[in-house]
Amino acid sequence: MLERAEIVREKYLRHDKKFPHVWCPGCGNGIAMGAILRAIHTMGLSKNEVVMASGIGCSGRMPTYVDFNTIHTTHGRALTFSTGIKLANPDLTVLTVMGDGDATAIGGNHFIHAARRNLDLTAIIINNSIYGMTGGQYSPTTPFGSISTTSVYGHVEHAFSIAELAATAGASFVARSTVYHATHLEDMLKLAIAKKGFSVMEVISNCHVQYGKKNKLGGAVEMLNSYKDNAVKVEKAAKMTPEELEGKITIGVLADVDKPVSTEVYRRVVEEARVKAEIITKEKEKNGVKRYEE
Amino acid sequence: MAIDEKQNKILLQGNEAIVAGALAAGCNFFAGYPITPASEISELLSVKLPEFGGTFIQMEDEIASIGAILGASLAGAKAMTATSGPGFSLMQENLGYGCIAEVPCVIVNVMRGGPSTGLPTSVSQGDVQMARWGTHGDHPIIVMAVSSVADCFSITVKAFNLSEKYRIPVIILSDEVVAHTRESVVLPEEDSIRVFDRVKPDVPPEWYKPYADNNRGVPDMANFGDGYRHHVTGLVHDENGYPTQNGKEVDAFLRRIHGKISKGFNEIQVTKTYLMEDADVCVIAYGSVARSALRAVRDARANGVKAGLVQLITLFPFPRKTVDAYLRQCRAAVVPEMNMGQIVREVSRVNQTDCRIVKHNRIDGHLITPDEILKHLTTV
Repeated sequence: MLERAEIVREKYLRHDKKFPHVWCPGCGNGIAMGAILRAIHTMGLSKNEVVMASGIGCSGRMPTYVDFNTIHTTHGRALTFSTGIKLANPDLTVLTVMGDGDATAIGGNHFIHAARRNLDLTAIIINNSIYGMTGGQYSPTTPFGSISTTSVYGHVEHAFSIAELAATAGASFVARSTVYHATHLEDMLKLAIAKKGFSVMEVISNCHVQYGKKNKLGGAVEMLNSYKDNAVKVEKAAKMTPEELEGKITIGVLADVDKPVSTEVYRRVVEEARVKAEIITKEKEKNGVKRYEE
Repeated sequence: MAIDEKQNKILLQGNEAIVAGALAAGCNFFAGYPITPASEISELLSVKLPEFGGTFIQMEDEIASIGAILGASLAGAKAMTATSGPGFSLMQENLGYGCIAEVPCVIVNVMRGGPSTGLPTSVSQGDVQMARWGTHGDHPIIVMAVSSVADCFSITVKAFNLSEKYRIPVIILSDEVVAHTRESVVLPEEDSIRVFDRVKPDVPPEWYKPYADNNRGVPDMANFGDGYRHHVTGLVHDENGYPTQNGKEVDAFLRRIHGKISKGFNEIQVTKTYLMEDADVCVIAYGSVARSALRAVRDARANGVKAGLVQLITLFPFPRKTVDAYLRQCRAAVVPEMNMGQIVREVSRVNQTDCRIVKHNRIDGHLITPDEILKHLTTV
C-alpha cells in the first residue's frame, strides 16, 4: 500500500508545479484526488490518454497538480469543454472534476444535459455542501436549516440529491462514496471510469472550515467520523425504511444501465455519411464540381 | 443550392457560403444552439460535417456551444459556432476563456436587432462594439465583417487561418441581410485555397513550455492526446501554463497576448476600396451597408461628386493606418451604420485631420438604402 502510494505520488503529481496546493489542512479534496490517481494507476491508463477537466472552486484546482492533459475551465462549464474534447478525440479518457455548486447550480443545465446525452464521460462531483472557496455561501446541496454566510438564520431551501438527479437525468452509471471510505471510493471510481457512457461519481466530502465550523460539526476528523458512522451500503439501505435512512449516506452503485453511448453511435453516423458522400463525390468529380459546393 | 455546372457558378445564401468556407478551411467541429437568423449554418453543417468525417453537436445553450468548441479545439479540431445577438451575449464568458487560454476558434454572429430579444429577425449592426469588448477584462480579439456571399466564403477561410495562426477566437460579424441574400458566386478552386494549421511543438515533450514566448508571440500548440501533457487555465498563467500572481509574469503574459495581434496587424487588417484614387469624399462602411454604399458612390460619381468607398472587413483591431490615410485624402467621410454609431467612434478616434465625419444611423430594422447615403454625398 505504501509502495503504491509512493509510485502514485511520483508518477502522477506534477513536480514542476509550484506546490503547496491551495487546499486547507484536512480538506477532503486531497483524498478524492488520491483515490482518482490510484484508480487510474490500477486501471493501467496511459497518462497521455487521460484528460482531467475542472470548473471553478476548490475542486477546480485539482487538474493543476496532476500530470495528465489538464484543463481548468470556467465556472460550471467543465462538462461542455469535456464534451468537445471527447467528440474531437474519442480515444481520450475524459474525467471532469466539479464541486456541488459548480456542477449543480451554475452548471446544473450542462450537468443534466450531459447525463441525458450519454457521451462516454466521467463526472466526479466532490460534494461538500458549501461554496468553500468564496467563503462559505449556501450551495444547492446545503441541507435545510444549515448555517452559511448567506443563510445565517438557517437555510430555508431544500438540497439536491446529486446522485438521484443524475440517475433521473439519464446517466448510465451513478455511484456515491465519501472521503472517509477511501478504498471504497477508489473501487467506485474504477467502475465509473470503466463504464461506457456518462458516469457520475458523487464524493461526499468535508469542508470543516466553511461548513463544519458554522454548523458545529467539528473539524476534519469529526466530520470524517460522521461519514463512517452514517454511511450505509446501498444493499443494506434497500432493506431500510425512509425513517431509518434519515440522516444516512447511501454509498455504492446507485444506477448502472446499458444504453447506446452517443459518442459511439455518432461514430457510426459519420462512417455511413462518409460512404454515401464518397459515392456522390465520385459522381460529381466526373462533372467537375468541387466537394464543398453542395 | 442550385449549381450551374458549365460556369461553375453556384447560387448560395450567405449562411451557406459560411458553411462552404468553413469546410474549405478544414473546419471539422461545430457546436451550436438554434437561433434565427443563424440556424441554416447549424442545419447545413449537421449534414455536411459527418460527410467530411467531422462532428456536429447541438448543445443545450450557447454557453455550452462555445465551451464545446473550445474543448474540441484543444483536442485538435478546427471548431466553429454560429449564433445571433442573444446567443452571442451568452458566449461572452467563454469567449474570454478562448482569449486567455489562446484557443483557436471561429464564432459567427449573424446580427439581428437588439437589445435583448429585440427585433427577431430584422437586420442590424448593433453588436459591433460588443464583439470587441463584450467579454470582461482587457483582451485581444479579431472581428471581421462580411458584406456579400462571396465574402462569407473567403472571410470564413481567412478567419480560420487567423485563429489558427494567432491562437485567438475570431468573430465573423454577418447580418440578417447578408445571411439570407442569395447570390450566384464562383467559389475558388479547392487547391487555390490557402489553409493555415496551428504550429505544433517539435521539441521533446519534457522541454515543451505551452505558453512560452517566441518571435511571433504565439506559443506552439500541442493538442490534448499528442503526448505533450500540459495545463490549460482561464487564470493568468506563466509559460508552463500554471496560475501565477507574480506581477512580472502577469504583465509579460498580458502584454504578449496583446502584442501578438499588433505584430500581425498588417496581415490581420483587411479593407477593400472602390473608386478611392481621386476621391475627395468617402463612405466608410461594412457589412450589408457596404453594398448600398457602393451603389451610392457610383450614383454620386454620375452626379459629378468625386466619391469613393472604404469597406472595412477587419473591424478589430481597427485598421487605423488605412482609414487615417483616406481621412487625410478626403474633406468628408460618411459613416452609415445600422446602429446608433459604433464604428464611427473608431473613425473619429483615428481622425487627425479636419476631415468632416458624418454619421448616418438607421435602427428601424431595415437596410440603409443607397439613396440615404447618396443624399449625404451630394450635400457634404
